[in-house]
Amino acid sequence: MAINLKELSKKPIPISPGHRACAGCGSIITIKLVLMAAEDPIVCACATGCMEVVTTIYPYTAWRVPFMHNAFENAAATMSGIESAYRSLKKQGRIGKNIKFIAFGGDGGTYDIGLQSLSGAMERGHDMLYVCYDNEAYMNTGIQRSGSTPMCAATSTSPVGKAAQGKKQYPKDLTRIMAAHRIPYIAQASPHRWLDLMTKVQKALRIEGPKFINALSSCHRGWRVPMSNSLEVCRMAVETCYWPLFEIENGVWKLNYRPKTKVPIIEWFKTQKRFQHLLKPENAPAVAEIQADVDRRWSELLQLCGEKIAP
Amino acid sequence: MQRIAALTGNEAAAEAMRQIEPDVVAAYPITPQTELMQKFAQFVADGIVKTEVVLVESEHSAMSACVGACAAGARVMTATSSQGLALMWEIVYIAASTRLPIVMTVVNRALSAPINIHCDHSDSMGCRDSGWIQLYSENPQEVYDNVVQAVRIAEHPDVLLPVMPTLDGFIISHTLERVETLADDAVKKFIGEWRPAYPLLDVDHPITFGALDLQDYYFEHKKQQAEAMTRAKEVILAIGKEYGKLTGRGYGFFDEYRTDDAEYIILCLGSAAGTVKSVVDELRNRGRKVGVLKLRVFRPFPDGELARAIGHARAIAVLDRAEGFNAVGGPLAPEVKSALYKKSDADVCNYVYGLGGRDLSPVMIRSVFDDLAEGRADARQAIHLGVRE
Ligand SMILES: Cc1ncc(C[n+]2csc(CCOP(=O)(O)OP(=O)(O)O)c2C)c(N)n1
Ligand code: SF4
Repeated sequence: MAINLKELSKKPIPISPGHRACAGCGSIITIKLVLMAAEDPIVCACATGCMEVVTTIYPYTAWRVPFMHNAFENAAATMSGIESAYRSLKKQGRIGKNIKFIAFGGDGGTYDIGLQSLSGAMERGHDMLYVCYDNEAYMNTGIQRSGSTPMCAATSTSPVGKAAQGKKQYPKDLTRIMAAHRIPYIAQASPHRWLDLMTKVQKALRIEGPKFINALSSCHRGWRVPMSNSLEVCRMAVETCYWPLFEIENGVWKLNYRPKTKVPIIEWFKTQKRFQHLLKPENAPAVAEIQADVDRRWSELLQLCGEKIAP
Repeated sequence: MQRIAALTGNEAAAEAMRQIEPDVVAAYPITPQTELMQKFAQFVADGIVKTEVVLVESEHSAMSACVGACAAGARVMTATSSQGLALMWEIVYIAASTRLPIVMTVVNRALSAPINIHCDHSDSMGCRDSGWIQLYSENPQEVYDNVVQAVRIAEHPDVLLPVMPTLDGFIISHTLERVETLADDAVKKFIGEWRPAYPLLDVDHPITFGALDLQDYYFEHKKQQAEAMTRAKEVILAIGKEYGKLTGRGYGFFDEYRTDDAEYIILCLGSAAGTVKSVVDELRNRGRKVGVLKLRVFRPFPDGELARAIGHARAIAVLDRAEGFNAVGGPLAPEVKSALYKKSDADVCNYVYGLGGRDLSPVMIRSVFDDLAEGRADARQAIHLGVRE
């Protein structure tokens, strides 16, 4: 079934109003889109982080679907248990319904502390979709750098100072790490291309086995952009090819979006105060270096996707 | 009808698990627990049990998966030892505080460093305040009996707390002994079915597990959890009695051996009790009024009952198989002392023994009774028994 806005508008939103995410939070938009895309009943889990904290302050909950938070690093392992319980009870005839399982984690809970648990769950082949809402830092604890924070981004633990210009390392490529797990479906997405994201979720949920979607999800607090710009900054990340949209289905790579003209990375930097220092003339070499990295990775991706590498 | 078999402690636990046939088991291997899970995996491979086994990549994930599966509505078990339990620590607390009746057998092994695979209680004592009920076993028979009862205790609606039956690594886990087991259907009937009130998988009635509890609720929830531990005392006794009717082996908080008129009493946990009993018999034959109290239930701590049982003694030695690093002694002694406070005039002293698998010999136990009888039991600091100076 194709996703259509008219039908969608009739669906109850699985995250109720009144949650406490900042207005304009990119991550909550991602989570809502993911949940809205599901066709079967779903059960969710979430790692500790902004999204869990803003949705579940007792005695309230914003979740209109069954939800479990366990700890920071174990959303995937927790979901392994939930999904195994489901298989066990189903086998015994104690559950009749078809249920789908979605685990969420921020970049901290996914790229870093939760990587082992995620890797284990994927390798074991649990029938679940894991969605990383990647806001490129530990937002819940006050914008500390993570394994996903871009090179040179200023965070509270990788600040700009006399001796440092923000984070000193490139982020790890989690989507490719997941690709190395040879699971049936992996994708990279962004909430500003909502239809692409939702289609990917639908596709993933129809596939049996472990699936992974990495969704860039801006945090205007951490990226230091006006809150009305959350989706615009995501768009620029895609237009600059910093965050390409692609999917890997049974090992076959496919590019989902190719910008008409590749926007220079500096344009993405200009949209966010966390990169402000990069606009100074003395940091031009750093920008050039990052641009070279983006270019190299983009052509690698084009190659993997069997796309023509344009001049 | 009970069957008689020769089983090691690990086999006894695995056999109990086979009969319980939990819905989900998530586990990771570690010596000396490894054999237990291997046995259980064989039952699964042979198609004898329907359990979904989740062979995770670490103990942290084992406990995480147990928490998820139990919240989902499944009956869940696991087992571990030492470093494995230490790695689970964070989630061990979450299991108890989420009020999930998981049963985890802990095959006691010393904690690193230095790395050591043999028995002491430093692992289970390390999570004594995590909100789990703890049952210590003296031999493979008690391992079997405790694992079966653990399911009932954990799932009791007045309790809803995870239970940790423990057994001494190698000393019990790898020792073959005579074990009486119940028929499969008798076990099934005894434990009944697990029907949780709010399973996560009830998609028609969505509920949120693991919410954020701020200043306005956390404290109340902790009090409820503490009250569940208090209520567990009555439940443990009732289930121990019912199990006794079924098997002829009743269980209480502790096992008193020749303590009634004893002037000098040793209090201990686990396999040590067997050795102490034989020394008690020998000394009784020589007319000495000695006895031993083997504590089975360490959490909840049966303080009033203990005071009534041993408060009449002149002196009591508490044997701890774990160091406390508090510059006083092991973890068990202070609890016994506070149980006796103002209720008894007995001198209570503390011996730390058997760390890292060191033997506890009859000679050592005789020396403890001699210390008690000769008034040498007033040492404030624990005496390390059988350690080279
Ligand atoms: C074991 C552990 N270490 C540290 C923390 C503190 N902590 C909670 S959330 C968080 C960061 C979450 O970052 P991320 O996963 O990126 O999610 P976000 O807050 O950005 O949504 C940290 C460090 C914790 N809860 N548990
Ligand atoms: S701090 Fe960032 S991630 Fe957290 S709720 Fe606000 S915008 Fe969203």
